[in-house]
Amino acid sequence: MSIRNFFTSRTEPALLLAAVVFAGGAWLMPAWLAFLLTLALAKALVVLGVVIQMRAGLVSFGQALFFCIGGYGVGLAAQYLGIGDAFALLALGTVAAILLALACGWLLTRYREIFYAMLTLALSMILYGVLVKSSALGSTDGFNVVPPSFLGWVPEGDARKRTMYLLTVLVAAVAAIGFHRFMISSLGRVTEAVRENEIRVDFLGISPQAVLFVNYVVAAGVSALGGGLTALASGHIDPDMAIWTTSGEFVFIAILGGTGHVAAPFIGAIVFSVIRTFAIQEAPHFWQMTLGVVLLALILFLPKGLWSLVARRSKKEAAA
Amino acid sequence: MTAILETRGLTRTFGAVVAANDLNVSIGQGEIVGVIGSNGAGKTTFINMVTGYLPPSSGDILFDGQSVIGRQPREITRLGMARSFQVAQLFPKLTVLENALVSLVAAEGPRPSIFRPLDTPERRERADAIFAEFGVTRYRDALVSTVPQGARKLVDIAMALVSRPRMLLLDEPTSGVSSEEKFALMDTVIAVVRQHGVTVLFVEHDMEIVARYVTRLMAFYSGEIIADGPPRSVLGDARVQELVVGHHLDINAVLGAAA
Repeated sequence: MSIRNFFTSRTEPALLLAAVVFAGGAWLMPAWLAFLLTLALAKALVVLGVVIQMRAGLVSFGQALFFCIGGYGVGLAAQYLGIGDAFALLALGTVAAILLALACGWLLTRYREIFYAMLTLALSMILYGVLVKSSALGSTDGFNVVPPSFLGWVPEGDARKRTMYLLTVLVAAVAAIGFHRFMISSLGRVTEAVRENEIRVDFLGISPQAVLFVNYVVAAGVSALGGGLTALASGHIDPDMAIWTTSGEFVFIAILGGTGHVAAPFIGAIVFSVIRTFAIQEAPHFWQMTLGVVLLALILFLPKGLWSLVARRSKKEAAA
Repeated sequence: MTAILETRGLTRTFGAVVAANDLNVSIGQGEIVGVIGSNGAGKTTFINMVTGYLPPSSGDILFDGQSVIGRQPREITRLGMARSFQVAQLFPKLTVLENALVSLVAAEGPRPSIFRPLDTPERRERADAIFAEFGVTRYRDALVSTVPQGARKLVDIAMALVSRPRMLLLDEPTSGVSSEEKFALMDTVIAVVRQHGVTVLFVEHDMEIVARYVTRLMAFYSGEIIADGPPRSVLGDARVQELVVGHHLDINAVLGAAA
């Protein structure tokens, strides 16, 4: 198979090129920026989960549930199972989230609109409540995550930050290409058909609930990856990973980036991190207000998110 | 003639209202059956029950000798019974091509692939053949929401036929279609279903359409079938004219116009 045949569209080489540029920057940028981008890309993975649900017409106000499960999965496996390898820890956190999603998905995918949103929120808040009351898991303080090894190598200081950054870029690139393929896959496109007209999908011979169920489990898996990477990068986990404001942040980023393309959550997450960092630095008491104003402006002027600027330009170029 | 669809004592009530009362229908393979009736006569209730959208209060529905009571619409579709809708049920924010591709994927099996793209050259080729058959090729890349009503109806029916069903139920196929377009639309649909040997049952208000295309006609009134037979005898029935048509019908004029 030639390289040209391997890629399904121009999007994939573009995503790969972006990943190479980001990875190359690891040696050029300061460690703090690498850390900031690590957290932003990890968040983008969670937002990918939110976006694929939005493409199916469902808004999850509880995606922090899987973000938190991914994080705690990594932290608990490192602390109690003595696993140190970052790849194994991420895999464990993701599997834990997928198992939970398999259980919750059958209930949630029976509901639509506000009921779905509220149930996802309720489940994440149940986890938050359990964690807050669990003194063995550090209660509201959470606990520190043991620094991971990377295939046997244990970097220290700034090298650890840069290695985590590179790992996150790698995971993000694989996830972005995988999700691009998912979005154009038969199942991915049928989720859009479910959003448009669920009854017709049923009369064509496909169970809309089954389609949404698979979509939900996939979303849970990628969100847990984001949580795991966040836990490894920050070295700490606490119940706030599951609180509703964290889920709200993911929805915010999804709206900021848009749902039209797999790259949108990554753009949204990076822009969000930049805005928040500068807002906190310049106006530490009003940073939430700054974010609120940005969201308001976005809804008024770019209701389809930042990606619509790119899409508009591509359309103009195609028309020219 | 072997019955493809049979209903036995099919009844549906909504509180005190009896929408369908003890309906016993037998439709043979290859028949083109029309259903007429005033609003609230029970026509759509009948179609909704047969296709699994609405559970009957009592009675049985046999499709190809097999009871379909309690089955989901998707299961009944997979058995070989497809339907179209009074208001075309499409995916408005997808293009006509994408609508067809989704129905082609559905026709391939109940579990769409997570690995294979929706848009493949083979599916495009099949979709193009369907568009040519139904005369909607020029709308191929347009969003469904921007397509004229008549073309939308054709796409709706084409999507139902993609799975190669043995029976097709059409709920008012010409409603919302201009009088200039309705015969062209029905000519296209009937030519396709005849070519594929599909049994058809369609609900219709337009007597000219009914008289022109059906081989058998059933008249519904207040949840019951008050006449069932060749179009000439049903449309000529005094009770049908009084309760269903609502006025005296010059049967020769109608059949003459339809011919």
